[in-house]
Amino acid sequence: MKSLQSIIETHPFFKGLDEPYLELVTGCASNVRFNAGEFIYRQDEEADTFYIIRQGKVSLEICQPGHEPMVLQTVSEGEILGWAWIVPPYHWKFDAQAVELTRTIAFDGKCLRNKCQEDHGLGYELLSRLLPVVGKTMDASRLQLMNVYGIKSSEGV
Amino acid sequence: MNFSEPDPMVPQPYKVRQIWQETHDTFSLDLEPKGPSLHSEFAPGQFNMLYAFGVGEVPISISACSKNGDGWIHTIRDVGTVTHALHQLREGDTIGLRGPFGSAWPIDESKGSDVVIMAGGIGLAPLRPALYALMESRKNFGDIALLYGARKPEDLLYTDEFESWRGKYGVQVRVTVDNADRTWSGNVGVVTTMIPRVNFDPLQTVAMICGPEIMMRYAVLELRQNGVSEENIYVTMERNMKCAVGFCGHCQFGPAFICKDGPVFRYDRVKPLFSLREV
Amino acid sequence: MNAPVLIDTIGLGQLIKLLQKKGYQVMGPTVRDEAIVYDTLDSINDLPQGWTDEQEAGHYRIKKRDDNAYFGYVVGPHSWKKYLHPPRRRLWRAEQKDGEVDIIPESAESTRFAFLGVRSCELHAITIQDEVFIKGPHVDNDYRLRRENALIIAVNCTQSAPTCFCVSMNTGPKAESGYDLVLTEILENNIHHFLVQAGSEKGLELLGELDPRPAKESDISKAEKGIEQAAQQMSRSMKTDGIKELLFENLEHPRWDEVAERCLSCANCTMVCPTCFCSTVEDVTDITGDHAERWQRWDSCFTMDFSYLHGGSVRSSTKSRYRQWMTHKLASWIDQFGSSGCVGCGRCVTWCPVGIDITEEVRAIENAGSKTSTPSQGGKE
Repeated sequence: MKSLQSIIETHPFFKGLDEPYLELVTGCASNVRFNAGEFIYRQDEEADTFYIIRQGKVSLEICQPGHEPMVLQTVSEGEILGWAWIVPPYHWKFDAQAVELTRTIAFDGKCLRNKCQEDHGLGYELLSRLLPVVGKTMDASRLQLMNVYGIKSSEGV
Repeated sequence: MNFSEPDPMVPQPYKVRQIWQETHDTFSLDLEPKGPSLHSEFAPGQFNMLYAFGVGEVPISISACSKNGDGWIHTIRDVGTVTHALHQLREGDTIGLRGPFGSAWPIDESKGSDVVIMAGGIGLAPLRPALYALMESRKNFGDIALLYGARKPEDLLYTDEFESWRGKYGVQVRVTVDNADRTWSGNVGVVTTMIPRVNFDPLQTVAMICGPEIMMRYAVLELRQNGVSEENIYVTMERNMKCAVGFCGHCQFGPAFICKDGPVFRYDRVKPLFSLREV
Repeated sequence: MNAPVLIDTIGLGQLIKLLQKKGYQVMGPTVRDEAIVYDTLDSINDLPQGWTDEQEAGHYRIKKRDDNAYFGYVVGPHSWKKYLHPPRRRLWRAEQKDGEVDIIPESAESTRFAFLGVRSCELHAITIQDEVFIKGPHVDNDYRLRRENALIIAVNCTQSAPTCFCVSMNTGPKAESGYDLVLTEILENNIHHFLVQAGSEKGLELLGELDPRPAKESDISKAEKGIEQAAQQMSRSMKTDGIKELLFENLEHPRWDEVAERCLSCANCTMVCPTCFCSTVEDVTDITGDHAERWQRWDSCFTMDFSYLHGGSVRSSTKSRYRQWMTHKLASWIDQFGSSGCVGCGRCVTWCPVGIDITEEVRAIENAGSKTSTPSQGGKE
């Protein structure tokens, strides 16, 4: 069976991370699986965990009264789930629900934060891996906002 | 007068062999020539001008050959007066057709390479014949991936074909929508996020993209970031079109006429104008 | 055998009659609505004898000459494209009956035109439109037939307007090819005749029936002097070296905003331009709904609808439309058809209601050098 550290170092998010840092983050990690339909976290709960996804699919949802829950994004194998654990006040903004059986590595958010605080080198490594994900998510949101596929009737030929 | 070639401005009569609904706002027309077929050949990516009697004419990509006999299938979104009139057609009705016109997807040029097809919305229609051509000589190509994005799950086209594309031909089909409710168990997110989720060798990959201009701009960026070269990326352009043969001037995009130089362009050839406004 | 010959004014009248006898509809310059326009000529009397035109940016007047020259004007608002590529033309008709549709192509134009008074810049304009309609992968059969049937009698310019710049475009003032006959009007001390030379077999044949006199060396030099005078008078010019690259590299130049403030987007320049070829189609039906027609008519890239796509115009600003017109005419035309789309006739300058001058616009971009710097010469004087 693969060790936790070897699973972590082969995940795209941590790819190329130096050995000492790998050991540091592995110290905060544990194997966690979610069954289909299971909520991983809920909006407004404390964001105390950072997940990397090994297998499966998670949907990020938002629900407003009187409406069906809306899925805004799905993340799956090779991707990460959540960055609220590193941004004060450490609260989730959406609901995260496993769409199918999902295997993750979960990192204790507080543990990671403390280690980043103690070793800014690790903090820089983590943030420079997180920021592109945040950036891409923002780009994607803007694209989704544009509703690029939508042609209103009477606008076409 | 040269009678060997029919006047490209005069539609030929075609009969509606079959019409069926694809999604809530999109339908397909199977058209067969009345009388002798003038040209049944077409290259994936080409389009026809369809004329709804008394209403007008609209450029529509060929989305497949007819299942039986001469003619072509066109997948059309009902979004305006002409497409709405086409939607009202019934089997046996006659319409006018001119074509096929335009440039084609680089099927032969892709031999020996991996192929990444990216489609947005109705953009899958002109790419479907390309996919068929790739699957027809499957062994000539490496990995094939189809990344397909739409607004909502109910807007997805040709969903009943995905399984055979996956199973029979080993095409990596990844589908995503911009948003969905909980009944959708597939991906949610923009189509570009699917790129890292499929296998292809970026140095030996031909990418074919069709969708809204904004979607294609992001797709090109993402593919280039992944190492696909500009000369191996093909996009389609869309502009107002009247004549389809380069006479009317409407569809100009810089030096190119979309109708005869396009609609499929190699990205590096349109790059200087691709993100310029109001061209 | 093709030496220049001389005919007098009687000979010119006979030429028109001869053409009519041969079944040509003779089209040429005539005075109408205070302009020299192209229309059917019944006889030599329809020619604008004794008239000239006065042109400047945004200015056109005809006035009396102090001589009796027949071709003593430059160019008017019309060009020959209205006969070769008519402003409005039915493409086909369709009949609907019991769900069946019958599409009936319009029979191709069979009129044989003889164009009298074609200027050198106009010969070039016709050649340029040939590229569009005949030389591409598809052929406009109606245009081709009109073109093949047309007989062209060019007339060399012996004077130019301040709006002319054909010398810099290499399109004039002397007609070099593309004609059946070319005339140069010589009017001196009450001696009024035309030096004539054939440019084709058809032209030679016509000449043979006119009974011309042989031209003397002095006649030829007088004609050449007249043409030279037209070239000398020309004050406008356009620098064409590297113009394609210049415009393509300056698509975001501030000058486009500046010209857009003056441009009314009226489309006059495209209507008078002898090479502008854009058209649109209109589908019409009668009240029963069983009879439909498609008409083609001239269109202009200056209209809002021209670039309509999915609920909006791609080129919604005047700036983008002016830029499209000028970069097409002077730059992308070269990629599309192998030559500039401008023949230096100056019509767009003359007929622009606000006097926008295409040569000045090119210069403004050229002088500014790079796309980031501000144009050193503003257009508003």
